[in-house]
Amino acid sequence: MLQKIYDWVDERMDITPLWRDIADHEVPEHVNPAHHFSAFVYCFGGLTFFVTVIQVLSGMFLTMYYVPDIENAWESVYYLQKEVAHGQIVRGMHHWGASLVIVMLFLHTLRVFFQGAYKKPRELNWIVGVLLFFVMLGLGFTGYLLPWDNKAYFATQVGLEIAAATPFIGDQIRTLLAGDPSIVGAQTLTRFFAIHVFFLPAALFGLMGAHFIMIRKQGISGPL
Amino acid sequence: MSDKKQVSRRQFLNYSLTGVGGFMAAGMLAPMVRFAIDPVLKPSAAGKFKAVAEESELTNEPKRFTWKINQKDGWYESEVEKSAWVYKNENGEIVALSPICTHLGCTVDWGSNEEYPNEFYCPCHGGRYKKNGVNIPNTPPTAPLPLYEHKVEEGMLYLGQAKSRGSGV
Repeated sequence: MLQKIYDWVDERMDITPLWRDIADHEVPEHVNPAHHFSAFVYCFGGLTFFVTVIQVLSGMFLTMYYVPDIENAWESVYYLQKEVAHGQIVRGMHHWGASLVIVMLFLHTLRVFFQGAYKKPRELNWIVGVLLFFVMLGLGFTGYLLPWDNKAYFATQVGLEIAAATPFIGDQIRTLLAGDPSIVGAQTLTRFFAIHVFFLPAALFGLMGAHFIMIRKQGISGPL
Repeated sequence: MSDKKQVSRRQFLNYSLTGVGGFMAAGMLAPMVRFAIDPVLKPSAAGKFKAVAEESELTNEPKRFTWKINQKDGWYESEVEKSAWVYKNENGEIVALSPICTHLGCTVDWGSNEEYPNEFYCPCHGGRYKKNGVNIPNTPPTAPLPLYEHKVEEGMLYLGQAKSRGSGV
Protein backbone atom coordinates (compact mmCIF):
# COMPACT_ATOMS: atom_id res chain seq x y z
CA MET A 1 0.00 0.00 0.00
CA LEU A 2 2.66 2.50 1.08
CA GLN A 3 4.90 1.25 -1.73
CA LYS A 4 2.06 1.88 -4.20
CA ILE A 5 1.50 5.44 -2.96
CA TYR A 6 5.24 6.05 -3.13
CA ASP A 7 5.44 4.64 -6.65
CA TRP A 8 2.47 6.74 -7.77
CA VAL A 9 4.12 9.96 -6.55
CA ASP A 10 7.59 8.89 -7.72
CA GLU A 11 6.33 8.16 -11.23
CA ARG A 12 5.09 11.75 -11.52
CA MET A 13 7.62 13.71 -9.46
CA ASP A 14 10.77 11.58 -9.55
CA ILE A 15 11.31 12.06 -5.80
CA THR A 16 13.82 9.22 -5.33
CA PRO A 17 16.91 11.34 -6.17
CA LEU A 18 15.63 14.02 -3.76
CA TRP A 19 15.60 11.83 -0.68
CA ARG A 20 18.62 9.84 -1.81
CA ASP A 21 20.57 13.10 -1.72
CA ILE A 22 19.41 13.64 1.84
CA ALA A 23 19.40 10.18 3.37
CA ASP A 24 21.58 7.87 1.29
CA HIS A 25 25.25 8.44 1.95
CA GLU A 26 28.25 6.42 3.02
CA VAL A 27 29.27 6.46 6.65
CA PRO A 28 33.08 6.31 6.66
CA GLU A 29 34.56 3.57 8.80
CA HIS A 30 36.32 5.91 11.22
CA VAL A 31 33.03 7.56 12.28
CA ASN A 32 31.14 4.28 12.71
CA PRO A 33 30.95 3.18 16.38
CA ALA A 34 30.44 -0.40 15.17
CA HIS A 35 34.05 -0.40 13.94
CA HIS A 36 35.71 1.73 16.58
CA PHE A 37 33.71 2.29 19.72
CA SER A 38 35.49 5.58 20.37
CA ALA A 39 33.70 6.91 17.28
CA PHE A 40 30.67 7.57 19.50
CA VAL A 41 32.03 11.12 19.81
CA TYR A 42 30.74 11.68 16.27
CA CYS A 43 27.18 11.20 17.57
CA PHE A 44 27.01 14.43 19.53
CA GLY A 45 26.06 16.58 16.52
CA GLY A 46 23.22 14.23 15.64
CA LEU A 47 22.11 14.08 19.24
CA THR A 48 22.04 17.86 19.37
CA PHE A 49 19.76 17.81 16.35
CA PHE A 50 17.59 15.09 17.89
CA VAL A 51 17.09 17.05 21.12
CA THR A 52 16.42 20.19 19.05
CA VAL A 53 13.60 18.34 17.26
CA ILE A 54 12.13 17.40 20.65
CA GLN A 55 12.42 21.03 21.75
CA VAL A 56 10.62 22.30 18.65
CA LEU A 57 7.82 19.74 18.95
CA SER A 58 7.26 20.07 22.70
CA GLY A 59 7.48 23.87 22.38
CA MET A 60 4.80 23.89 19.68
CA PHE A 61 2.50 21.89 21.90
CA LEU A 62 3.19 24.04 24.96
CA THR A 63 2.01 27.17 23.13
CA MET A 64 -1.45 25.58 22.91
CA TYR A 65 -1.88 26.50 26.57
CA TYR A 66 0.74 29.12 27.37
CA VAL A 67 -0.05 32.86 27.30
CA PRO A 68 2.73 35.48 27.34
CA ASP A 69 0.98 37.89 29.68
CA ILE A 70 2.00 38.90 33.20
CA GLU A 71 -1.46 38.16 34.62
CA ASN A 72 -1.84 34.75 33.06
CA ALA A 73 1.60 33.37 32.20
CA TRP A 74 2.27 31.69 35.52
CA GLU A 75 -1.36 30.57 35.88
CA SER A 76 -1.37 29.02 32.41
CA VAL A 77 1.90 27.18 33.05
CA TYR A 78 0.54 25.93 36.38
CA TYR A 79 -2.66 24.84 34.66
CA LEU A 80 -0.97 23.03 31.79
CA GLN A 81 1.37 21.23 34.17
CA LYS A 82 -1.15 20.28 36.86
CA GLU A 83 -4.49 19.95 35.09
CA VAL A 84 -3.80 18.92 31.51
CA ALA A 85 -3.09 15.25 30.81
CA HIS A 86 0.65 14.58 30.36
CA GLY A 87 1.33 18.29 30.88
CA GLN A 88 4.10 17.45 33.30
CA ILE A 89 5.76 15.22 30.71
CA VAL A 90 5.51 17.69 27.83
CA ARG A 91 6.75 20.60 29.91
CA GLY A 92 9.37 18.32 31.44
CA MET A 93 10.65 17.42 27.97
CA HIS A 94 11.03 21.09 27.10
CA HIS A 95 12.53 21.97 30.48
CA TRP A 96 15.15 19.18 30.63
CA GLY A 97 15.72 19.19 26.89
CA ALA A 98 16.73 22.84 27.10
CA SER A 99 19.64 21.91 29.35
CA LEU A 100 20.44 18.73 27.45
CA VAL A 101 20.67 20.53 24.11
CA ILE A 102 23.31 22.88 25.54
CA VAL A 103 25.26 19.90 26.92
CA MET A 104 25.15 18.07 23.56
CA LEU A 105 26.04 21.24 21.68
CA PHE A 106 29.04 21.71 23.96
CA LEU A 107 30.25 18.11 23.58
CA HIS A 108 29.88 18.41 19.81
CA THR A 109 31.93 21.62 19.88
CA LEU A 110 34.63 19.97 22.01
CA ARG A 111 34.89 17.06 19.58
CA VAL A 112 35.23 19.34 16.58
CA PHE A 113 37.74 21.50 18.43
CA PHE A 114 40.02 18.75 19.73
CA GLN A 115 39.97 16.85 16.44
CA GLY A 116 40.82 20.04 14.61
CA ALA A 117 37.86 19.38 12.33
CA TYR A 118 37.25 23.12 12.01
CA LYS A 119 40.40 23.63 9.93
CA LYS A 120 40.47 24.43 6.24
CA PRO A 121 38.22 23.90 4.31
CA ARG A 122 35.64 23.79 7.16
CA GLU A 123 36.23 27.23 8.76
CA LEU A 124 32.88 28.58 7.53
CA ASN A 125 30.99 25.70 9.06
CA TRP A 126 32.74 26.35 12.38
CA ILE A 127 31.55 29.96 12.22
CA VAL A 128 28.00 28.87 11.49
CA GLY A 129 28.29 26.43 14.39
CA VAL A 130 29.36 29.17 16.78
CA LEU A 131 26.40 31.29 15.61
CA LEU A 132 24.14 28.29 16.28
CA PHE A 133 25.61 28.11 19.78
CA PHE A 134 24.74 31.77 20.40
CA VAL A 135 21.22 31.30 19.04
CA MET A 136 20.75 28.32 21.33
CA LEU A 137 21.99 30.31 24.34
CA GLY A 138 19.53 33.07 23.33
CA LEU A 139 16.72 30.53 23.23
CA GLY A 140 17.69 29.36 26.70
CA PHE A 141 17.85 32.90 28.05
CA THR A 142 14.51 34.04 26.58
CA GLY A 143 12.73 30.78 27.44
CA TYR A 144 13.83 31.02 31.05
CA LEU A 145 11.64 34.07 31.65
CA LEU A 146 8.44 32.63 30.19
CA PRO A 147 7.12 30.72 33.25
CA TRP A 148 7.10 34.12 34.99
CA ASP A 149 8.01 32.85 38.44
CA ASN A 150 10.49 34.38 40.87
CA LYS A 151 13.47 32.47 39.52
CA ALA A 152 12.63 33.49 35.96
CA TYR A 153 12.11 37.11 36.90
CA PHE A 154 15.36 37.58 38.78
CA ALA A 155 17.42 35.55 36.30
CA THR A 156 16.21 37.92 33.60
CA GLN A 157 16.96 40.89 35.84
CA VAL A 158 20.56 39.64 36.08
CA GLY A 159 20.77 38.87 32.36
CA LEU A 160 19.56 42.35 31.49
CA GLU A 161 22.15 43.90 33.83
CA ILE A 162 24.84 41.92 32.03
CA ALA A 163 23.54 43.19 28.69
CA ALA A 164 23.52 46.72 30.12
CA ALA A 165 27.24 46.38 30.89
CA THR A 166 28.00 46.56 27.16
CA PRO A 167 30.26 49.59 26.52
CA PHE A 168 28.57 52.75 25.12
CA ILE A 169 25.24 51.22 24.02
CA GLY A 170 24.53 49.08 27.10
CA ASP A 171 21.45 50.98 28.22
CA GLN A 172 19.98 50.95 24.73
CA ILE A 173 20.48 47.20 24.44
CA ARG A 174 18.85 46.70 27.82
CA THR A 175 15.81 48.79 26.81
CA LEU A 176 15.61 47.02 23.47
CA LEU A 177 15.49 43.64 25.22
CA ALA A 178 13.24 44.61 28.13
CA GLY A 179 10.90 46.91 26.18
CA ASP A 180 11.18 49.52 28.93
CA PRO A 181 14.12 51.45 30.42
CA SER A 182 13.39 50.47 34.02
CA ILE A 183 10.61 47.89 34.26
CA VAL A 184 10.96 44.17 33.74
CA GLY A 185 7.31 43.46 33.10
CA ALA A 186 4.53 43.10 30.56
CA GLN A 187 6.55 44.32 27.60
CA THR A 188 9.58 42.25 28.56
CA LEU A 189 7.51 39.09 28.67
CA THR A 190 5.88 39.58 25.25
CA ARG A 191 9.22 40.50 23.70
CA PHE A 192 10.97 37.49 25.13
CA PHE A 193 8.11 35.29 23.96
CA ALA A 194 8.28 36.67 20.41
CA ILE A 195 12.06 36.26 20.34
CA HIS A 196 11.80 32.77 21.81
CA VAL A 197 9.16 31.35 19.46
CA PHE A 198 9.59 33.31 16.22
CA PHE A 199 12.85 35.17 15.76
CA LEU A 200 15.41 32.79 17.21
CA PRO A 201 13.82 29.61 15.83
CA ALA A 202 13.81 31.20 12.37
CA ALA A 203 17.51 31.99 12.74
CA LEU A 204 18.08 28.50 14.12
CA PHE A 205 16.46 26.77 11.13
CA GLY A 206 18.36 28.90 8.63
CA LEU A 207 21.70 28.26 10.31
CA MET A 208 20.99 24.55 10.76
CA GLY A 209 20.19 24.30 7.05
CA ALA A 210 23.52 25.98 6.21
CA HIS A 211 25.34 23.74 8.71
CA PHE A 212 23.95 20.55 7.16
CA ILE A 213 24.38 21.60 3.54
CA MET A 214 28.02 22.42 4.25
CA ILE A 215 28.75 19.14 6.03
CA ARG A 216 27.19 17.26 3.13
CA LYS A 217 29.11 19.29 0.57
CA GLN A 218 32.47 18.93 2.32
CA GLY A 219 32.02 15.53 3.92
CA ILE A 220 33.11 14.48 7.38
CA SER A 221 36.74 15.27 8.18
CA GLY A 222 39.18 12.37 7.81
CA PRO A 223 40.51 10.14 10.62
CA LEU A 224 43.05 11.54 13.06
CA MET B 1 11.24 -24.62 4.75
CA SER B 2 13.76 -23.76 2.05
CA ASP B 3 11.12 -22.62 -0.46
CA LYS B 4 9.73 -20.18 2.10
CA LYS B 5 10.35 -16.56 1.23
CA GLN B 6 13.61 -15.46 2.77
CA VAL B 7 13.90 -12.05 4.42
CA SER B 8 17.02 -10.47 3.03
CA ARG B 9 19.55 -8.84 5.33
CA ARG B 10 18.66 -5.43 3.88
CA GLN B 11 14.94 -6.01 4.39
CA PHE B 12 15.50 -7.18 7.97
CA LEU B 13 17.54 -4.08 8.77
CA ASN B 14 14.95 -1.88 7.09
CA TYR B 15 12.15 -3.40 9.15
CA SER B 16 14.13 -3.18 12.40
CA LEU B 17 15.10 0.44 11.78
CA THR B 18 11.54 1.41 10.86
CA GLY B 19 10.21 -0.40 13.91
CA VAL B 20 12.67 1.08 16.37
CA GLY B 21 12.37 4.54 14.81
CA GLY B 22 8.59 4.33 14.84
CA PHE B 23 8.61 3.24 18.47
CA MET B 24 10.83 6.16 19.46
CA ALA B 25 8.76 8.65 17.48
CA ALA B 26 5.58 7.29 19.04
CA GLY B 27 7.04 7.47 22.53
CA MET B 28 7.94 11.09 21.89
CA LEU B 29 4.69 12.12 20.25
CA ALA B 30 2.18 10.19 22.38
CA PRO B 31 2.38 12.49 25.44
CA MET B 32 2.26 15.57 23.22
CA VAL B 33 -0.78 14.39 21.29
CA ARG B 34 -2.60 13.41 24.50
CA PHE B 35 -1.67 16.83 25.87
CA ALA B 36 -3.12 18.56 22.82
CA ILE B 37 -6.41 16.64 22.70
CA ASP B 38 -7.04 16.96 26.44
CA PRO B 39 -9.95 19.45 26.10
CA VAL B 40 -11.87 16.93 24.00
CA LEU B 41 -11.44 14.20 26.62
CA LYS B 42 -12.14 16.29 29.74
CA PRO B 43 -15.46 15.29 31.32
CA SER B 44 -17.98 18.08 30.93
CA ALA B 45 -18.68 19.90 34.17
CA ALA B 46 -21.86 18.65 35.78
CA GLY B 47 -24.58 21.28 35.64
CA LYS B 48 -25.04 23.01 38.96
CA PHE B 49 -28.46 24.40 39.72
CA LYS B 50 -28.59 28.09 40.42
CA ALA B 51 -31.41 30.10 42.02
CA VAL B 52 -32.91 32.27 39.31
CA ALA B 53 -36.24 33.67 40.49
CA GLU B 54 -39.11 33.15 42.91
CA GLU B 55 -41.79 30.89 41.56
CA SER B 56 -44.41 33.55 42.30
CA GLU B 57 -42.81 35.84 39.70
CA LEU B 58 -43.64 33.42 36.89
CA THR B 59 -46.69 34.07 34.71
CA ASN B 60 -48.12 32.65 31.53
CA GLU B 61 -46.12 35.20 29.58
CA PRO B 62 -42.41 34.38 28.96
CA LYS B 63 -40.23 36.63 31.10
CA ARG B 64 -36.51 37.07 30.81
CA PHE B 65 -34.50 36.17 33.93
CA THR B 66 -30.76 36.50 34.33
CA TRP B 67 -28.38 34.96 36.82
CA LYS B 68 -24.65 34.65 37.31
CA ILE B 69 -22.52 31.53 37.25
CA ASN B 70 -18.86 31.03 38.10
CA GLN B 71 -17.16 29.93 34.93
CA LYS B 72 -13.81 28.15 35.01
CA ASP B 73 -12.13 28.53 31.64
CA GLY B 74 -8.78 26.75 31.97
CA TRP B 75 -6.77 28.96 34.33
CA TYR B 76 -9.25 31.85 34.03
CA GLU B 77 -12.18 32.06 36.41
CA SER B 78 -14.91 34.62 35.93
CA GLU B 79 -18.57 35.39 36.57
CA VAL B 80 -20.69 35.00 33.50
CA GLU B 81 -24.28 36.12 33.08
CA LYS B 82 -26.77 33.59 31.78
CA SER B 83 -30.37 34.24 30.81
CA ALA B 84 -33.55 32.27 30.17
CA TRP B 85 -37.11 32.91 29.02
CA VAL B 86 -39.36 31.38 31.69
CA TYR B 87 -43.14 30.96 31.87
CA LYS B 88 -45.80 28.56 33.09
CA ASN B 89 -47.75 26.74 30.41
CA GLU B 90 -51.48 26.01 30.54
CA ASN B 91 -50.84 22.86 32.66
CA GLY B 92 -48.96 24.95 35.20
CA GLU B 93 -45.60 23.41 34.24
CA ILE B 94 -42.56 25.62 34.21
CA VAL B 95 -40.90 26.07 30.82
CA ALA B 96 -37.40 27.63 30.84
CA LEU B 97 -36.02 28.25 27.37
CA SER B 98 -32.47 29.11 26.37
CA PRO B 99 -32.38 32.38 24.42
CA ILE B 100 -29.68 31.11 22.05
CA CYS B 101 -31.03 30.75 18.53
CA THR B 102 -30.40 27.25 17.14
CA HIS B 103 -29.66 28.73 13.71
CA LEU B 104 -26.37 30.56 14.29
CA GLY B 105 -26.34 31.44 17.98
CA CYS B 106 -27.82 34.95 18.13
CA THR B 107 -30.09 35.89 21.02
CA VAL B 108 -33.85 35.59 20.57
CA ASP B 109 -36.42 37.95 22.08
CA TRP B 110 -40.07 37.36 23.01
CA GLY B 111 -42.57 39.33 20.97
CA SER B 112 -40.02 41.88 19.80
CA ASN B 113 -41.29 41.79 16.24
CA GLU B 114 -44.69 43.47 15.84
CA GLU B 115 -45.69 41.09 13.04
CA TYR B 116 -45.17 38.04 15.29
CA PRO B 117 -46.29 39.17 18.75
CA ASN B 118 -46.60 35.73 20.35
CA GLU B 119 -43.41 34.21 19.10
CA PHE B 120 -39.71 34.22 19.89
CA TYR B 121 -37.98 36.22 17.21
CA CYS B 122 -34.32 36.26 16.25
CA PRO B 123 -33.24 39.61 14.77
CA CYS B 124 -30.25 38.22 12.89
CA HIS B 125 -31.98 36.22 10.15
CA GLY B 126 -35.63 36.34 11.15
CA GLY B 127 -35.72 32.97 12.89
CA ARG B 128 -39.02 32.33 14.71
CA TYR B 129 -40.14 29.96 17.46
CA LYS B 130 -43.53 29.21 18.97
CA LYS B 131 -44.14 29.97 22.64
CA ASN B 132 -43.04 26.45 23.62
CA GLY B 133 -39.73 27.05 21.82
CA VAL B 134 -40.42 24.87 18.80
CA ASN B 135 -39.03 26.41 15.64
CA ILE B 136 -41.48 27.51 12.96
CA PRO B 137 -40.97 25.76 9.62
CA ASN B 138 -39.55 27.81 6.73
CA THR B 139 -37.61 30.10 9.06
CA PRO B 140 -33.83 29.60 9.40
CA PRO B 141 -33.65 27.56 12.67
CA THR B 142 -33.74 23.78 12.27
CA ALA B 143 -34.18 22.84 15.94
CA PRO B 144 -36.25 24.00 18.94
CA LEU B 145 -34.74 26.27 21.58
CA PRO B 146 -32.90 24.22 24.24
CA LEU B 147 -34.75 23.69 27.54
CA TYR B 148 -33.09 24.40 30.88
CA GLU B 149 -33.25 21.68 33.52
CA HIS B 150 -35.25 23.16 36.36
CA LYS B 151 -36.43 22.45 39.87
CA VAL B 152 -38.42 24.37 42.47
CA GLU B 153 -37.36 24.35 46.10
CA GLU B 154 -39.07 26.41 48.82
CA GLY B 155 -40.67 28.67 46.27
CA MET B 156 -37.44 29.37 44.41
CA LEU B 157 -36.84 28.38 40.80
CA TYR B 158 -33.46 26.77 40.15
CA LEU B 159 -32.06 26.31 36.64
CA GLY B 160 -29.30 23.94 35.55
CA GLN B 161 -27.84 23.10 32.15
CA ALA B 162 -29.63 23.91 28.91
CA LYS B 163 -30.42 20.68 27.11
CA SER B 164 -30.73 20.53 23.36
CA ARG B 165 -33.96 19.01 22.12
CA GLY B 166 -32.55 17.58 18.90
CA SER B 167 -33.75 18.46 15.44
CA GLY B 168 -37.21 19.93 15.29
CA VAL B 169 -39.71 20.63 12.59
